[in-house]
Amino acid sequence: MNVPTFIAAAARKRRTAPALARFVSHRAALASVVLLGLIALACFAGPLFLRNSPIDNDWSAIALAPTLAGGHWFGTDELGRDLLARTLVGGRVSLEVGLLGTFVSALFGVIYGATAGFLGGRMDAAMMRIVDMMYAIPYLLIAILMVTLFGRAFSLVVLTISAFSWLDMARVVRGQTLSLRSREFVDAARAIGVHPAAIIARHIVPNLAGIVAIYATVTVPSIILTESVLSFLGLGVQEPMTSWGVLIQDGAQKLDAMPWLLLCPAVLLCATLYCVNFIGDGLRDALDPRER
Amino acid sequence: MLAYTLRRVLWSVPTVLAVITACFLLLHLTPGGPFDTDKHLSADVMANLNARYHLDEPLWQQYFRYLGGLLHGDLGSSFRYADWSVNELVRKAAPVSLGIGGISIPLAVLLGVGLGALAAVRRNSVIDHAVMMLGNLGNVVPPFVLGPVLVLCFAILIKSADGNGLLPAGGWGDGDWRHRVLPVALLVIINMAAIARVMRGSLIEVLSGNFIRTALAKGLPGHVIVLRHALRPALMPVVSLLGPVCISSITAAVVTESVFALPGLGQLVLNGAVNRDYTLVLGLVVLTTVCAVLFNLLVDLAYAWLDPRIRY
Repeated sequence: MNVPTFIAAAARKRRTAPALARFVSHRAALASVVLLGLIALACFAGPLFLRNSPIDNDWSAIALAPTLAGGHWFGTDELGRDLLARTLVGGRVSLEVGLLGTFVSALFGVIYGATAGFLGGRMDAAMMRIVDMMYAIPYLLIAILMVTLFGRAFSLVVLTISAFSWLDMARVVRGQTLSLRSREFVDAARAIGVHPAAIIARHIVPNLAGIVAIYATVTVPSIILTESVLSFLGLGVQEPMTSWGVLIQDGAQKLDAMPWLLLCPAVLLCATLYCVNFIGDGLRDALDPRER
Repeated sequence: MLAYTLRRVLWSVPTVLAVITACFLLLHLTPGGPFDTDKHLSADVMANLNARYHLDEPLWQQYFRYLGGLLHGDLGSSFRYADWSVNELVRKAAPVSLGIGGISIPLAVLLGVGLGALAAVRRNSVIDHAVMMLGNLGNVVPPFVLGPVLVLCFAILIKSADGNGLLPAGGWGDGDWRHRVLPVALLVIINMAAIARVMRGSLIEVLSGNFIRTALAKGLPGHVIVLRHALRPALMPVVSLLGPVCISSITAAVVTESVFALPGLGQLVLNGAVNRDYTLVLGLVVLTTVCAVLFNLLVDLAYAWLDPRIRY
C-alpha cells in the first residue's frame, strides 16, 4: 500500500465511521432495518417452510377466518388458498419490483443528471427542460397506457414504473455534479487529458454515492406503491403470480364477507412502507447532517 | 412580472405539444388496432371502420387532423363507445370528479394548514405528536388501503337504524351527499397529511427568525405574532405544494373512483385503457396534462406574487 491510498483510506474511514454511528443511534431507523429484514426473509424463505402452497386449494377450508389452529394463520380465500403463503409470495413480487425499479431508475437518473451537470451550459439547460416537462405529466395515466399497450410481464411493469421515477434523482445528481465539476481534482483530471466520459465515471459518480443512497431509499417506497396501485387497478402482474396490490384489490372486493383478505396483505404493505421511509430518514440524517 | 408570465406561458406550449406527440406515436406505432377483437371481422368491415375513423390515412395526416381538432376543442370520437364523442364522455364524467375533488382539495388545505400551524405552535405537545402521527399515516397507508378500510368501518361495521351500513359503500347516487362523504374523506385525509407536515416544518423555521424575536421583544401577544407575522411567509412552501397536490388528485381520482365505483374521469381512463380506446385515453391524457401545466403555472405565478423577493 503506497502512502497516498493509505491516507485516502484513513480519511474515508474517518468520514464513514461517524455516519454509521449516527445511523445506529437513530433507533427507529435501526428497528426498521431489522423489521424490514424480517419481512424480506419471511417473503423469500418463508414459503419454503410453509405446509400450504400459495396456489393449491384446500377444499376443506374455504373462506376460513384467520386461526392459529388448522395451520391457516392468515385464513384462506374463497378458493381455499392459504392467505399467509399468498401474502408472502406476493411480497416477493412487491419487494423485487421495488428494488429492481429503484436500481433502474437510479442508474438512469445518475447517468442523466451527471451528464447534464458535467456538460453544463445549453446542453444542461435543454436536458433539465425535458425533466421539467416530464414532471408536468400525470404519470399514472401514462403508466396505465404503457402497461395496457406493452403487456403486463414482470420486466415491463418494472420498466414502465422506472420510466417516470428517475426525475428526482436526475435533479439532485445534477445539482451535486454542478458543484463537483468546479473542484480541483476535476480540473486536474481534465488537465492531464482524461476523456469527459471517464471523468464522469471515475471522478464524479463515486463522489455522488451518499446522496444517491439517500434518494434511492426514498424511491423504493414510491415504486412499491406504484406497482401496488397498478396491481390494484387490475393492470399489474397476472395470475398465478400475485403481489400485495393484487391481494389488496381482491380483499377490497370481498370486504363484507372476508375482511382478512384485505387486512393481512395491507398490514404487511404498510409495515414495509413504514420501514423504508424510516430507513430513508435515518440515512439522510447520517449521511447529510445539513439536511436536518 | 409580465415578461416572466409571458415566458412561462410560452414554455407550457412545447410541454403540452411534446406530451400529445409522444402519446399519439405511442398509441399508433404499437402493434394491434382498436378493432382487433376475438370476433373476426371481414376485410370489408375493417376497411369501412378504418375509413370511418381515418385510420387508413398516413400517420402524419392523422396527427395533424388530431391537432387541428384539438385547436377547436374537439377531442375526437370514441372508438369503443359508438356514437359518443370524447367530449361528450368527458362532459358526463367531469361533474363526478369535480364534485369530489372540488370539495376535498379546499377542505384538505384548510385543515392541513390549521393542524400544521397548531402542531408548530404547540411543539412537542400531544397535539403535535398526534398531527405528526397523522402525517406519517398519510405517508404510509396508501389510498387503495385506506379507502377499503373506510368502507369496512363506515359502510359495513357501523350500521344505521335501518340495519344497512351508515354510509353507502360506493356509487354516485346522482350526487347525493351521502355518497360523497367517504371519497371526499379519503382524499382529504391523504392530502391533509402532506400539507400539515410541510406547514409544521415551515412555521417552525419561520418562528425562529429574527423578526419574530423582535415582535416578541416589543410585547406582541403570541396569536398576533403567528397570525399577522409568521403565517404568510410560512405559507410559501404550502403554496408550492399545491401544484403537486392538485396533480396527484388527478392520479388519486383513478384510485378513489375505482375503490368507490364512481363514474368519473378516472374510471373513464381505466376503461379506455383496458378497451384500447385510443382517442378516449389520448384525449384524457391531453386534458389532464393541460390541467397539470396550468396548475403549475398558476402556482409559480402565485409564488412570485406572494414573495416580493422572488424576481425572475
